Amino acid sequence: MLKALLARAHQKHRTIGFPDQPPVLPDRLRGRPQIDAAKCPDGCRVCAEVCPTDAITVDEKGVRLDLGRCLFCPECERACPEGAIRFTPEYRLATSTRDALVPGEKEFQLARALDGKARKLFGRSLKLRQVSAGGCNGCEADVNVLNTVVFDLGRFGIQFVASPRHADGLLITGPVTQNMTSALRQTYEAVPSPKLVIAVGACAIAGGPYVGHPEQRNGADGIVPVDLYVPGCPPHPITILDGLLRLLGRLDSTC
Amino acid sequence: MKTGAPNPVHNGNAVALAEIPGLSLEDFREQVLQACENNHGRIAALFGQPAGAGRVRLFAVLANDADGQLTLCSTEVTDRYPALTPACPQAHWFEREIAEQWGVRPEGHPWLKPIRFHHSYREGQDAWNRAADTPIQPGVTDFFKMAGEEVHEVAVGPVHAGIIEPGHFRFQCHGEMVYHLEISLGYQHRGVEHALIGGPNKRTIPYMETLAGDTTIGHVLAHCEAVEALAGCRVPARAQALRAIALELERLANHTGDLGALAGDVGYLPTASFCGRIRGDFLNLTALICGNRFGRGLVRPGGVLFDLDAARQTQLAERLELARQDVTNAVNLLWDAPSVRSRFENAGPISRETALELGLVGVAARASGVERDVRAQFPSGLYRFAQIPVSSYHSGNVFARAHVRWMEIQRSLAFIFDQLTALPVGPVRAEAGPLAAHHAVVSLAEGWRGEICHVALTDAAGKFAYYKIVDPSFHNWMGLALALRDQQISDFPLCNKSFNLSYCGHDL
Repeated sequence: MLKALLARAHQKHRTIGFPDQPPVLPDRLRGRPQIDAAKCPDGCRVCAEVCPTDAITVDEKGVRLDLGRCLFCPECERACPEGAIRFTPEYRLATSTRDALVPGEKEFQLARALDGKARKLFGRSLKLRQVSAGGCNGCEADVNVLNTVVFDLGRFGIQFVASPRHADGLLITGPVTQNMTSALRQTYEAVPSPKLVIAVGACAIAGGPYVGHPEQRNGADGIVPVDLYVPGCPPHPITILDGLLRLLGRLDSTC
Repeated sequence: MKTGAPNPVHNGNAVALAEIPGLSLEDFREQVLQACENNHGRIAALFGQPAGAGRVRLFAVLANDADGQLTLCSTEVTDRYPALTPACPQAHWFEREIAEQWGVRPEGHPWLKPIRFHHSYREGQDAWNRAADTPIQPGVTDFFKMAGEEVHEVAVGPVHAGIIEPGHFRFQCHGEMVYHLEISLGYQHRGVEHALIGGPNKRTIPYMETLAGDTTIGHVLAHCEAVEALAGCRVPARAQALRAIALELERLANHTGDLGALAGDVGYLPTASFCGRIRGDFLNLTALICGNRFGRGLVRPGGVLFDLDAARQTQLAERLELARQDVTNAVNLLWDAPSVRSRFENAGPISRETALELGLVGVAARASGVERDVRAQFPSGLYRFAQIPVSSYHSGNVFARAHVRWMEIQRSLAFIFDQLTALPVGPVRAEAGPLAAHHAVVSLAEGWRGEICHVALTDAAGKFAYYKIVDPSFHNWMGLALALRDQQISDFPLCNKSFNLSYCGHDL
């Protein structure tokens, strides 16, 4: 017992100050990519050609990047001869709609908070059932990590529960394989209404590295209605937490 | 195709396809059975590839741990052949895979059921005569059943109670006692092996990085070493060192997480809570190198994409030292708590004989006293020059699997500190050109779960004619099933965590 107490003193208090303080992130983190189309030479399609998931479109309207498909791999940034595309340290990526993940020339619209009644219901207590549906266990691992003392998800009233019957919504990872489609539908149906669906990671949003494979469904959209999209492969835990807090209206709308 | 005796091949060395012996079915069976008869030989991979004209070429990769050699041999079959499994239990899961993928029936297989629940890749050939237009339901198969008074069945999954990948488990119980556990997977099947054919292309690396997302470095390393062998590419020494550091960081993160989760499963919260956090510290060190906690974007054919500057190297060493102190403090609590020891020591035993018969790999094998570690026996890359002692223990139970992890944590830490003090200078990437046509390569890497085996076969254009992936979990799921025999069903989470196998790495 004494050893356990001494160990507790050694291990210290480790919960991060986020969201009151900015998160500490790796300096090489590949956050939200930025495209400076003015630098693009005419007819150059190098970034689109190297992109493993065809997240980049180059046409007469310019260069557009679909953050839902993006794996945040370093390929486009490395291939661009003009330095027109680069990954910024911006970790805030969650959106309320699929379209918002393809901002094009428009300003990037972060997820908006739930409105009146839903916010009243879920704002201070959100119970989620996690469904892994064909993912690689990367997103699952970085969702799970929110339960550690570092992120301490419980302090926001958010909790992962063991049964869909106890849940206010689903957090889905993976492209939704054919073999998980029925289980996902049944789990969704078992959650009492009103309910939320959160799609975490490139797979759950758009099929990720497996986009187009007949063995999967290119994400959760179309099987269940999605309320929050958190892009990344996998998203950094802070990106997921930011998305959840944004949805619940727990973040100052200016940040 | 050669017909003579098989040639030994080495891990990560390419051989011409014509050099791989094409044996008669009898000789092929003899070769595999003989290799597995003495305890040093085992099946690293056994798979089929369509050979045209209604035939399938079966390949076996046989590993001899004692002399560090691999043997590749092959034979051709049509729609059936006498199963190896009755004489060689190691072949069990592989033969089910061959049946499911190619509609080739291993006759006399005692347990012939699908493992991933998809249609056969050969049109009109189905091992169970299912029509090509009827959908296949996952988890719908002929499960083993037990009957009798007070006998009951418990079915769990695919959706589990925690944040875990999907799988279906059927327990045959008598009261609290598990007589038999059957594991049915395939829910994570996303068609990766099939999609790799015709590569390498721009999608190949993301596939490798997500075969099992918690083993990104392990799988992408095995892949890159295969590609480099086929391309005749020499990887710079500094890149080899950075790859090994990343592989050991991956092991540190996962072993630490597992020890924390094991503590959680026996209700010992201090270590559970500390290790959950320290695991993240190790992941963050990988992110310090390449920006991603799982090492996405780091390893590429020819080397690595990110270098360590002097300041980053110092920071890595300093943060690693802090994590070393914390993990030592947290894990040692486990061994001092009698309640933890008692729970760990009285659950999930696998005897050495069973481990050998099943062909277990990695932590699970070493915890049953089987000294099997690619880094020591089939070393590639930096491990040819910098050795890590094999960590093993004899008792085969949950304690052994926890203890082996702890020994490996200490050795991986020492290894990384060593490498950081003597990092080779020079470039971190060489050009990997086109792949040799009509060649084969076997590439092994010791991921944190165990042996990762990739086999690449190229066509006339130097593209992948076939690409076989064997995640360590493929060997080990049956080990978990047997570890549960005669155990309390309430010990399932603990036993399961002590193996911590990959669903996606199995399902591909």
